[in-house]
Amino acid sequence: MTSNTSRRHFLKGSAAVALIVGFGAGGLLEARANSAAEKSFNPFIKIRSDNKIIAVVKHFEMGQGTSTGLTTILAEELDADWDDMIVEFAPADRKNYANLFWGGSQGTGGSSSIANSFTQYRKAGAAARDMLIRAAAGEWHVPASEIKTSKGVLSHASGKTARYGDMAAAAAKLNPAEDVALKKPQDFTLIGNATLPRKDSASKTDGSAIFAMDVKLPDMLYVVVARPPRFGGKVKSYTDKATRAVRGVVDVRQIPRGIAVYAKNTWAAIKGREALEVDWDFMEAENKSTAEMEAHYTDLLTKPGNIAKEEGDVDKAWDSAAKKISLNFNFPFLAHAPMEPQNCVIRYEPGKGAEIWDGCQSPSMTQDVVSKILGLEVDAVKVNTTYAGGSFGRRANFTADYGGEAAMAALAIEGRHPVKLIWTREDDLKGGYYRPMHLERVEVALDDNNAPSLWRHRITGIPFFPLPADKLDRSAVEGVSNLPYAIPNIKVDQHNVKSPISTLWWRSVGHTHTAFSKEVTIDILAEMAGADPVAFRLNLLKDHPRQAGVLKLVAEKAGWDTPLPDGWGRGVAVHESFNSFVAQVVEVSRNKAGAIKVERVVCAVDCGIAVNPDVITAQMEGGIGYGLGTVMRNRITFDQGEVVQDNFPDYEPLRMSDMPKVEVHIMPSMEKPTGVGEPGLPPCAPALGNAIFQVTGERITVLPFGENGIKFA
Amino acid sequence: MYQVTVNGKKHQVDVDGDTPLLWVIRDELNLTGTKFGCGVSACGACTVMVDGQPQRSCQMPVKGVGNASITTIEAATGKIAHAVQTAWREKEVVQCGYCQSGQIMQAIGLLQENKTPTDQDIDAYMSGNACRCATYHRIRAAIHVAAQKLEA
Ligand code: FES
Ligand code: FES
Repeated sequence: MTSNTSRRHFLKGSAAVALIVGFGAGGLLEARANSAAEKSFNPFIKIRSDNKIIAVVKHFEMGQGTSTGLTTILAEELDADWDDMIVEFAPADRKNYANLFWGGSQGTGGSSSIANSFTQYRKAGAAARDMLIRAAAGEWHVPASEIKTSKGVLSHASGKTARYGDMAAAAAKLNPAEDVALKKPQDFTLIGNATLPRKDSASKTDGSAIFAMDVKLPDMLYVVVARPPRFGGKVKSYTDKATRAVRGVVDVRQIPRGIAVYAKNTWAAIKGREALEVDWDFMEAENKSTAEMEAHYTDLLTKPGNIAKEEGDVDKAWDSAAKKISLNFNFPFLAHAPMEPQNCVIRYEPGKGAEIWDGCQSPSMTQDVVSKILGLEVDAVKVNTTYAGGSFGRRANFTADYGGEAAMAALAIEGRHPVKLIWTREDDLKGGYYRPMHLERVEVALDDNNAPSLWRHRITGIPFFPLPADKLDRSAVEGVSNLPYAIPNIKVDQHNVKSPISTLWWRSVGHTHTAFSKEVTIDILAEMAGADPVAFRLNLLKDHPRQAGVLKLVAEKAGWDTPLPDGWGRGVAVHESFNSFVAQVVEVSRNKAGAIKVERVVCAVDCGIAVNPDVITAQMEGGIGYGLGTVMRNRITFDQGEVVQDNFPDYEPLRMSDMPKVEVHIMPSMEKPTGVGEPGLPPCAPALGNAIFQVTGERITVLPFGENGIKFA
Repeated sequence: MYQVTVNGKKHQVDVDGDTPLLWVIRDELNLTGTKFGCGVSACGACTVMVDGQPQRSCQMPVKGVGNASITTIEAATGKIAHAVQTAWREKEVVQCGYCQSGQIMQAIGLLQENKTPTDQDIDAYMSGNACRCATYHRIRAAIHVAAQKLEA
C-alpha cells in the first residue's frame, strides 16, 4: 500500500478549538462552539476534554456502513470505548484523505473503503494510543511499558488512572512515534464484533440525520432545471412568462445544462418549470429507440472487437467440439434511483470561494468540476459531506454532474443567493448516467469427456466512460476477462458504442452483466454435461480456492442436496468482484397460475477479515435485494431518444412483498479485508435465473425476467 | 395564508393552496425528517400521521389539510412509536436511512391496527414504502420485535 502522505506530517499533533457546524432546532445551519476543548492527534483522531473521541471518516456514508467501519478500526487500535466514539466526515483535502487505491483522489467507490483504510486507520489509532501512554508515563513517572489501556482509560498498577480526555492535552503535544506496533488480530475486541451498534442508527430512526436535501441556508433559493428530453439536445429558445407568473418563482436563467427556475420553495420551482415553454434542438441528440439500438448492437456482435483475453485457439476448439451452444444475452439500461434524488446546496461568493453541502461521494471530483465552472482555485471550494440517501454509484461521477449544475445555477445569479438544486424522481430516471445496455454473445462447448473446451464471449455497449472505439473498456469485461473456470481456449472481446447517452458505474459495475452471462452459461454447460451444477463448477475452480470455498459453504448451508417441496427450484452462482468472493443459492416456488416467488436466498461471503460482521450481512442483504428488484422488472428504454420511464410506477423498486428470506454466512478469514458494498449483487441474478430454469425449463437470457415471459407472484 | 397544525402547533404558511403538505413541512416549517422520494405516492418516504393515520404528505394539497392534526417523525412519541424505534435500532435496520422516517411512521400505523401482524400482514401493509437499500428483511424482523415489546 502506498500513501502520498508523509506520516511524519500527518501524525503531527496540533491543538484546535472545536467549532462544529451543526443544525439547530429550526433546521437552519448554524455554527456553535463546543465547550469541550478538542485536541487533534492526526488527521483522523481528535480527542475532547469530555472524553469523546472524534473519528474523522474519509469515506462518505451512503448506507454501506463506512462511518461505523472506519470508526471501528480506529477505536480498536486506540482501545477506546465504543460509546465515546463520534463520527465526523472529512473535509475535501486530498493530501490527508485520498483514497489510497485511487492515486491522489479523494472519494468512495469500488467497494474500497475498508480495504484502502484498514492499515492507515489502524496506524492512526495505534499512534494516538502511544502518545496517550507516553503522556501518562511522563505525568505519573512510570515506564510507558507498564501502562495499560482499555475502553478509553489509561491505568497503572500503582492505582493511577486517567481517561483519554484528561490526558489529551499533554499527549497531543508529543511527537508521534514512527512505527508503533499494531494489535494481533486475536486481540481484537471491536473488529469482528457482530453486536457493535452502527453509529448512524439513532439519527436515522428519529428523523434527525441530515442529508443534503435537508440543508437550508438563510436567503436560499430552490432550483429545478428543465433539461433536454433527449441526450445531446440543446435549448433553441424558451418562453418563461408563465413561469415567472407562478407565485414564489424568483428568477429564470439559461445555464449550460438547460433552463434553471429559481423559487422560494421547492414546489414553486417545480410548478414554474412545468409552465416553461422550451423549444429544443435535437440535431446532435440521440434520436434512436431501443429496438434500433439493439439492431445496431446485434450487428456489432458479428464483428471482432477489442480483445480483452485470448488463450488457446477458440476457432479450432469450436470446430472439433462434441456439444456446443451459442447464447445471446441482453441487458437493459438501468437507473440507480437512489432513494434521495440528486441535490446539492451551494453558496458562492464571486472571486472568493464557494461552499457545498452534498452527500459527496468524491470530494476531489466535485472540487475540480465546481472550481472550474466558478473560476476558483480548487481549494477555494469547501465541501461539507452530509449523509447520502443511497448512491449505488450514481454520486461518484467524473463530471460531478449535479454538483456542477448547482455551481452553474449559482453562477447564473452571480452568487446573490445560496442555491439548493433539486432533481425530482422524474429527473433522476430520465437524466442519464445509466448502467449501459449490453448485448453479449457467448459460445461454449464440451469435448468428448464432457469437459468445457472453449469459451468465446463478445460484449457490446456504450463504455462506462467515454472511450475511443478501439480502446478496450475494461469495466465492461471485468468478471469474464478473468474467467476463473479452467477452460483451455478462451477469447473475450468487446465493442464500444458511441452515443450521447451518459453512462456510469452502477452497483458492481461490469459484474452486473458478466456475472449473469458467465454463471448462466456455466449452468447450461453443467446441464449439457449431465453434471450437478455445484460439482461441475467446483471441478473447474481448483485454482480458485476462495471461490470454491464460498461455493462449498453455500451449498452446505442451503442444503443443496436436500429435496425441495413440489414446484420449487434451486439455482446457484458464484462470483468474485472487488477482491471478495460470494456464492448464493436462490430458491423459488411456482404457484398454480405459473407465477414465480423468490422464497429464500442463502449467501456465503469471503471478504477477508470481517471488520463489522453485521454490516457485511446487511450489505449482502441489500445487494441481493437491489439486484433482485432490478432483474425482476427494471429497465430504461428509449422511444425516439426519449426515456420512456418516468417515476417509480414505471421503474418499480423491489417491495417488501418481493423480499425473500436471506441468510448470510461469513467465511472466517485472516486475509486482509476487502469490499462488501457491491459483491453481494452479482451472483443473485444468475442464481435466480438458474432456479427459474429448474421450475420452468426455460433459460431467460434477456433481462428483466418480468418483461421476458416470467410472471412473479 | 393557510393554517396547519403540525406536531401540536398551529402554523400560518404563505404558499399556494396546491402546495403539497410535504413541501410545507420541509421548506416552510423546516421539519426535514419527512422525505421527498417520488412525489407521486409511490415510495412512502413522505409518510406522516394525519389524525393518527399514516398518509402520503406529497399527495395532500395544503388547502385540503384543514384542522387535521399532523404528526411528523420528529414528534413520533408514545408506546408504539417508542417500541418501533427501539426495535429498529436493535435490529440495525437502517442503511442510507432516507426511507426510514416513512417506514417507521407506516409501521406505527400497522401496529396501531394490528397488535400481532404476520409476515403477510407486514408485506401487505408496508409494500407502499420503498427502500432502495432493500432493508425489508430487517424491517419485517423489527416489526415483529416491536410487537413483542408491546405485548410484554
Ligand atoms: S414522496 Fe410521497 S410517496 Fe414518494
Ligand atoms: S435505508 Fe436507504 S432507502 Fe431505505
